[in-house]
Amino acid sequence: MPCDKREKRTLLRPRAGAPAPAARGAAEPSPVAPKPAAGDAAATASACPALPFAAPAPEPPLTVFHAPARCALGGNRRRTLAALIAAATVLVAVVVAGRILAPAAQATDFSQVNLAPCPAHPFGTDWMGRDMLARTLAGLATSVLVGLAAAVVSSLIALGLAAVAALGGHRADAAVSWLIDLVMGIPHIVLLILVSYALGRGAVGVTVGVAVTHWPSLARVLRAETLQLRAQPYLAHARALGVSRWRIFADHLVPYLLPQYVVGLVLMFPHAILHEASVTFLGFGLPPEQPAIGVILSEAMSYLTAGAWWLAVFPGLALLAVVLLFDRVGAGIRRLLDARTVQE
Amino acid sequence: MEVERNVREVSVAEKSRRASECADAAGEPKGTALAPAGKHARAARASGAQAAANPGVLPAAEAPRAAHRAHVDAERHHHHTHAAGSHHPGGHHLLSVEHLSVSFTLYDPAAPFFSAPRVESRVINDLSLSVHAGEILAVVGASGSGKTLLADAILGLYEPNSRVTGTIWFDGARQDAAGLQALRGHGISLVPQSVTNLDPLMRVGRQIVGNARGEERRRRTERMRELMAAYGLPPEIERLYPHELSGGMARRVLLLCALIDQPRLIVADEPTPGLDLDLAVRAVSDLRRFADEGGGVLLITHDIELALRVADRVAVFRDGAVVEETARENFDAPELLEHPFSRALWHAMPEHDFDDAPAC
Amino acid sequence: MAQDNKNNSYGGAREQADARKASRRPARPPRLPWWARELVRFALLMAATSFVTFALVSLSPIDPVQANVGQAAYASMTPERRAEMAAYWGADTPLLERYAAWAAGALTGNLGLSLRFNAPVTEVIAQRAASSLALMATAWVLAGVIGLALGVAAGACRDRLPDRLVRAYCYLISATPTFWLAMVALMVFAVMLGWFPLGFSAPIGAAASSVTLADRAYHLVLPALVLSVTGVANIALHTREKVVDVLQSDYARFARTRGEGTWAVVRRHGLRNLVMPALTLQFASISEIFGGSVLVEQVFSYPGLGQAAVTAGLGGDAPLLVGIALASAALVFAGNLAANVLYGVVDPRVRGGASHAVR
Repeated sequence: MPCDKREKRTLLRPRAGAPAPAARGAAEPSPVAPKPAAGDAAATASACPALPFAAPAPEPPLTVFHAPARCALGGNRRRTLAALIAAATVLVAVVVAGRILAPAAQATDFSQVNLAPCPAHPFGTDWMGRDMLARTLAGLATSVLVGLAAAVVSSLIALGLAAVAALGGHRADAAVSWLIDLVMGIPHIVLLILVSYALGRGAVGVTVGVAVTHWPSLARVLRAETLQLRAQPYLAHARALGVSRWRIFADHLVPYLLPQYVVGLVLMFPHAILHEASVTFLGFGLPPEQPAIGVILSEAMSYLTAGAWWLAVFPGLALLAVVLLFDRVGAGIRRLLDARTVQE
Repeated sequence: MEVERNVREVSVAEKSRRASECADAAGEPKGTALAPAGKHARAARASGAQAAANPGVLPAAEAPRAAHRAHVDAERHHHHTHAAGSHHPGGHHLLSVEHLSVSFTLYDPAAPFFSAPRVESRVINDLSLSVHAGEILAVVGASGSGKTLLADAILGLYEPNSRVTGTIWFDGARQDAAGLQALRGHGISLVPQSVTNLDPLMRVGRQIVGNARGEERRRRTERMRELMAAYGLPPEIERLYPHELSGGMARRVLLLCALIDQPRLIVADEPTPGLDLDLAVRAVSDLRRFADEGGGVLLITHDIELALRVADRVAVFRDGAVVEETARENFDAPELLEHPFSRALWHAMPEHDFDDAPAC
Repeated sequence: MAQDNKNNSYGGAREQADARKASRRPARPPRLPWWARELVRFALLMAATSFVTFALVSLSPIDPVQANVGQAAYASMTPERRAEMAAYWGADTPLLERYAAWAAGALTGNLGLSLRFNAPVTEVIAQRAASSLALMATAWVLAGVIGLALGVAAGACRDRLPDRLVRAYCYLISATPTFWLAMVALMVFAVMLGWFPLGFSAPIGAAASSVTLADRAYHLVLPALVLSVTGVANIALHTREKVVDVLQSDYARFARTRGEGTWAVVRRHGLRNLVMPALTLQFASISEIFGGSVLVEQVFSYPGLGQAAVTAGLGGDAPLLVGIALASAALVFAGNLAANVLYGVVDPRVRGGASHAVR
């Protein structure tokens, strides 16, 4: 709708090729000077009437040097919001369906073994006759929940360490930076394997593993932001006035960091989910009896050469779609919160 | 929703009407020719160099080609008064900007976040000015009031969410966006503000020479060496990186980047940041030299004192428009100024009475 | 009005910022040369990494000795070896004592004995690293070159079709599980089309001496392609951001006012200013490539470091796990170090002084 309006608005100012340029002078008196044509005419007439000039040419219409591209229907903000809501709805639906279908995912039916996709089983069945659609949804729900829990914990670690770095003085800051370097110095997957191994593998191992490996990049961003904020004079004043560090943290830092934090958290989900699935696939994560995408895909490995492509393709695609949705949700939120793109 | 929009539109119209009333109340220009008080040597030199094309003798056959009808020196025409050295070779201005408006579409900050409609916010509003060959026109306005957008508009650089309309004539030919783009480096050159406008990783010599190959490049390199000698830059500067230049050298390098393209018009956007007045005047003397050799300079600055020391004419920029474009000499006495804001500016200068005359 | 503004000129802000920066950093005693500092950093990082990994592995309820009693390696061990195993990994010795024993060995190049592979850890790692490095280097170079090209194209054509396509590809790939992509590639190109072997680094059953370089290359192609396809996304997206930044910079704008078109600006100024961010990205991507190689090697049964790590982790082979973690950390560190050194070579601003702090 704003587009229609802009059309109307622009009609108020004639563009190149607009039909009635002559009307401009009357419609829009210039605050400064008379119209050049008129002014010229007067000046020429009074000062040098003898000069051989023709009558003033009719004033040409204005040139449009640049105009913004036409905006999308409803404005990008609303469109982004609508997309966000839709994506969130789909994700919630997947989790709810997965929880409801969890018993069905376990149900074996040996009369329906290794069926290719068909109307009754859109994703086919596995070698125990389990419906792959139900298994996939149940597995997605588990993966999403584990990923969410791990990402939330991880983001809280990042927030805590950023606060320590920002408020704890130089030594604390150096220590946090070093810790970030240390954790980033070991490849994610290797660290995940180590943590998972330390905790004896299983659900707890992988959740803790994802939680303790994913905070460094967010911590780095939050630390940089807090350092920037700390340099602001008003915080120095607050401190000089005797406001406690904790109050400064709660009143100034948290509201300032919140947008960054939310965006970082949401963008951590896809990584957490992917890494959970990867570690489970390698055999360090969720146990085989639990419905998880990693488990499903690692089992499918044994059937690859047998031509049971549906065992691998559909669960993988479903995981991809969920991760992509989370990623786009995060990007959408960032676009709404980021000052550089808020006008887009 | 529809109603809301109409209201907003009305309020925009209302604003512009009020502005024009304001100008009326201030007294419309009398239309009298304000002859400059006295010709000074500089202008005389310039007019000599210019071979003083008296536009009055423009052959009739050429008249239709001339964008603006020719006129006599030192009189009021269009929307400005002339200085002694203002000429119209070929019967037109070197650069003429008329009714230039620049606006940006933004989400209405007053509306709720998600239902915010887009509104246009005007930064430059119906601005007109002209630059003659052989003169420096200083556009003086507050920092951050949108003067750089004027430079951008003349150079054909536009932000994606901007709307830029108006008429721009260069050397008698009316330009559109593509025309302005073609004029970049081929007629109009920019002298930017600071050394950040140089590529930090490219040697200064290559940057001055610019994007050229083969024979062209050889010629430009030669020309650069001549220019460097003429402007007192030691030849070893060629091999330096921008961060190794001193402030004064960097300013000259930036000027040489413009001069090597042999422009007819130089747009200098705040070329003396952070310099005190005497240093700034010395820095701008290179631009003076360019103007005296027949080029036109549009000097954008926030420093009225600098403008009065070096410019031939001064355009007072306020609220996105030029409220008065007049000969420098008219700033000798407030009575010679037409617009109340220019007078307020005059009064605000330290050597005057510091009287904060109420701006309109 | 103009009066007020004259004083707060543009140059002042930066000078103030510089002064502030300078005042925050008090004068320090003369510093070590940068390579010595890097060496100290490396030693500290290795010590910390080794301790953390050692502690993590020791924390595990899986007792490496118990878990591998049945293995040939344990059975064939000399009593001295068994004593060493107990000293390093035995549950009844305190952690710090065990770490001290292990670290003393590690300093002399003895990282212990791999229980699964029945060979010294260093030997297993060296052998595995050879095939892993071939795979990772191929993927790393491919990903770097393709990612850079796509990123530059997308950044220069910002918001137009090429940009949209590249971005769509990048988002899609970064949401794709690497191991699943490997599975699909294996299924399509090896199982269905039969263009590539089903995995491993050499034909199954062939004697090591009869395996030719061509054989190895043939087995390398598919895993390396999968690994590079996933690596491209990150590099392309970051390069695009950088190109957009460069094109919006003051110097790019100035170049444009001098009549240079978008491509001329990209060619003359963009690439030059991209070198350093691209180097950082490229060397920082080593960590990611290593992580990806663990998954890809597992799917392709490719006998590299990654697969060895999985075997060690699943089999309770603690010495090998610690060794591989250390090797991966050293590799990542070497990447960062290389980027820092290259900065000094490439950037004239760094070349002049010894400020290796520029990141």
